[in-house]
Amino acid sequence: MKIFRLLLAGFLFLIAFPATAEIKVFACEPEWSALAQELGGDKVSVFAATTALQDPHHIEARPSLIARLRQADLLVCTGAELEAGWLPALLRQSGNAAVQPGKAGYFEAANYVQKLEIPARLDRAEGDVHAAGNPHIQTDPRNIGRVAAVLAQRLAEIDPSGATLYRQRQRDFAKRWDAAVERWTKQAAPLRGVPVVVQHKGFPYLENWLGLRQVAALEPKPGVEPTSAHLTAVLEQLQREPARMILRASYSDDRSSEWLAERAKIPAVALPFTVGGSDKAKDLFGLFDDTVQLLLGALK
Amino acid sequence: MHKPVFMACLLFAAHATHATEPPADPQQQLRDLEQRVRELEADKPATRQVSNNFNPAISLILDGKLSGFSREPDSYVLPGFALGEETGPGDEGLRLGESELIMSSNIDDEFYGQFTAALTPENETEIEEAFIETLALGGGASIKAGRFFSHIGYLNSVHAHAWDFADQPLVYRALLGNQYGDDGVQARWVAPTSVFLELGAELFRGDSFPAGGAANSGKGTHTLFIHMGGDVGADHAWRVGLSRLDADAGNRATGDVNTPDLFTGNSTITGIDLVWKWAPNGNPKQRNFKFQTEYFTRDENGIFDPASSGSPLPYSGTQTGWYAQAVYQFMPRWRVGLRQDRLHADAANAALTGTVLDNTGHEPKRISVMTDFSNSEFSRLRLQFNRDESRAMAKDNQWYLQYVMSLGAHGAHSF
Repeated sequence: MKIFRLLLAGFLFLIAFPATAEIKVFACEPEWSALAQELGGDKVSVFAATTALQDPHHIEARPSLIARLRQADLLVCTGAELEAGWLPALLRQSGNAAVQPGKAGYFEAANYVQKLEIPARLDRAEGDVHAAGNPHIQTDPRNIGRVAAVLAQRLAEIDPSGATLYRQRQRDFAKRWDAAVERWTKQAAPLRGVPVVVQHKGFPYLENWLGLRQVAALEPKPGVEPTSAHLTAVLEQLQREPARMILRASYSDDRSSEWLAERAKIPAVALPFTVGGSDKAKDLFGLFDDTVQLLLGALK
Repeated sequence: MHKPVFMACLLFAAHATHATEPPADPQQQLRDLEQRVRELEADKPATRQVSNNFNPAISLILDGKLSGFSREPDSYVLPGFALGEETGPGDEGLRLGESELIMSSNIDDEFYGQFTAALTPENETEIEEAFIETLALGGGASIKAGRFFSHIGYLNSVHAHAWDFADQPLVYRALLGNQYGDDGVQARWVAPTSVFLELGAELFRGDSFPAGGAANSGKGTHTLFIHMGGDVGADHAWRVGLSRLDADAGNRATGDVNTPDLFTGNSTITGIDLVWKWAPNGNPKQRNFKFQTEYFTRDENGIFDPASSGSPLPYSGTQTGWYAQAVYQFMPRWRVGLRQDRLHADAANAALTGTVLDNTGHEPKRISVMTDFSNSEFSRLRLQFNRDESRAMAKDNQWYLQYVMSLGAHGAHSF
């Protein structure tokens, strides 16, 4: 009887989850949770389903994520098939009508920016390619600015009572963001035309923004782990056509890039890739402050 | 039509702005120009929704095995258990597994549908699953209807291509006929809690083992299940489940096709399952570990007619079983696994001596080791060894070399 009462008490405690009027945002990646926080302020409570130390292509559809999505008012994800391996399982198990594809509560950021590397040929022999184009759009801050404008509208649609606030916060964010982008672009001017090697093809938007020139990738095909044969080939290529640095995301394993860095005598740079990917990348501004500083540092 | 004019204007504009500057690198100018075009194009947001392609997502699973056994597979028995169809160790030598053709899609904003056909190596087609599911009931509720695998236990609803071993645990083989799937309807509800809590109930036709004969006017089986789960820090995730299946069997046929053993009565299964997954920082790409264990107990009460003799005998007995398995990915693409299986059947009364329900004083057990290699998430090669003591007084060394490949769309996998 005692056990039963304890169980009941526990159950009621779980049910009595603090009820608030906040808009609950379920963000697939930390950059979108950070952006939703910038735009929503204390009108929203945000949850990031992944961290900067996780590869967003490969996430387990964990029970804790289903529980979070069950209660969300708005889902903000990258889209472009980045989350294809886990998000559909969460959506179908959550029983949450508000965040299903096609509903106002379903937001895919990649729909609102110009995508790069849209494959001309779809063949799995080319590795884990995305039909919609490269999904790692957050490495160009101008994309963040574009997504911010649409996301603020979407927040206003879901929560009309806060519409004025979201618009005002978006205008304020845009002002600060545009100024910061201008500053980063100016600071990063020496990076134009600099040849780089990447671990995963995760940086086309960054390269496009700063004019970096990607000469090789450590993954023989996107999503396929670097092999020693391929690394040796890249090393030989670098002897003919030197690059200045090797870029990887904070979640990537460091062994292959460190191996190559040592032999090619160029620095390996772990970029934060998203908010939380380094100590300095505490928010979106910190993310690009740190990214630009790390790149410039590697150039010296 | 306007594009050439537009480009010309752009070129002119680019020249104009550079006119006063010292002559720049033409390559650089071109790159800047491309950049400018891209930016202008980007001003019109590409509001293209993915999966606007109205064809269902189609995926095909190819599966094949090379098997070797030290005992004749036809002699396979689990003393004390009446076994459903296709529950042995399989055929020896080279053999195609079931080829699965899966089509799925959102039907509209309210419904999702999925169809799985299994094409057997005997060139027969079976509808493994064909169901619809609601998307927008809201409040955490979903309803599923059609033919589908029951959500009882952990492994029951997992498709064969996603198993971590080449074969099912013995307890699934013995008590559920590998996997319990049937025609039915399911209701689920996820609680609005921070800890995952899901309650569900199902009603099935009751045609599949351990039910049979679509008893009770074609509503022969009902189930209940509860799942709870969560995270412990960033590295660990867990799920536990409790389930119950209550099936009516009307002349359930097992054993020999021509003179089957027939059971009429009630079959009740209660089970508990636990899954624990670990990955450093929650990033399973490099290394990850998965532990799972399930325990089931089945009570059967009714009459048993051995070899359709026409003289049924009363039968009442309890059968239990469990398995525990651990799979470790120690480096990208490579995994190793270990599994232990145990079964126990009550001693049947003297009248049933010599029938399949006679446990002959033996408790079936098995230990399995496997290693598999996945070149990508779409392909897997597996080598497995079983030390199988299903039969009394006869150890069977079983080897499997297996491929499992998935072509086309690749659906998201559940936890």
